[in-house]
Amino acid sequence: MKLSILVNEGPYQHQSADSAIQFTKAALAKGHEIFRVFFYHDGVNNGTRFAVPPQDDRNITEEWTKLAKENDLDLVICIAAAQRRGILDENEAKRQGKDGDNIAEGFRISGLGQLIEAGIQSDRLVIFGD
Amino acid sequence: MPMLHTVNKSPFERRTLDTALRHAVKGSGVLLIEDAVYAAFEGTVVAEKVRAALGDLKIYVLGPDIAARGMSEKQVIDGLEVVDYGGFVDLVTEYDKVQSWL
Repeated sequence: MKLSILVNEGPYQHQSADSAIQFTKAALAKGHEIFRVFFYHDGVNNGTRFAVPPQDDRNITEEWTKLAKENDLDLVICIAAAQRRGILDENEAKRQGKDGDNIAEGFRISGLGQLIEAGIQSDRLVIFGD
Repeated sequence: MPMLHTVNKSPFERRTLDTALRHAVKGSGVLLIEDAVYAAFEGTVVAEKVRAALGDLKIYVLGPDIAARGMSEKQVIDGLEVVDYGGFVDLVTEYDKVQSWL
């Protein structure tokens, strides 16, 4: 089955980012297709490569990056939510006149249309958030 | 329409379990994840409400989130089904739609 995931909560905020990762792993293990993972609201904070959690803690962003690399996942960050929270890729940094970008490998920045498309194209949309 | 409702907040913190139980029609499933697993245990003020809902609804609870809170599956109300993440995925595919009460 074709599934998409919506993550509305930041990492280390409560548990939803962790739940979303565990659910995505379990769905892939069962042979389902993950059409897209969309990060909205504080969920965009899952996609900064500048976060450095303590070494004995899980690194949620790295887990997403690894999962995306191994399974060719489409991790999409909402552009408006990202701009509010200082999540930038190279293009956006240039466009906004900022001195650097911080998006993690495996993520891309795009618009809400990508969420709508995921809802239309997927058999199920599962939402994780606060 | 019967569907899967997921609840992720403790019933002692928010009212989303009540909302989900009120909206879920006969034949629906309710899956308790994250802090909502506290609704699944015997001996709380919400236990009777959960037990009463079992007539029309199937109620599931995520086992790893019980363990993560140092609770035991032995304390879970009779009639609730404990599932793992694989079971969560199966429920999502078995029901036509998923409504996440956040």
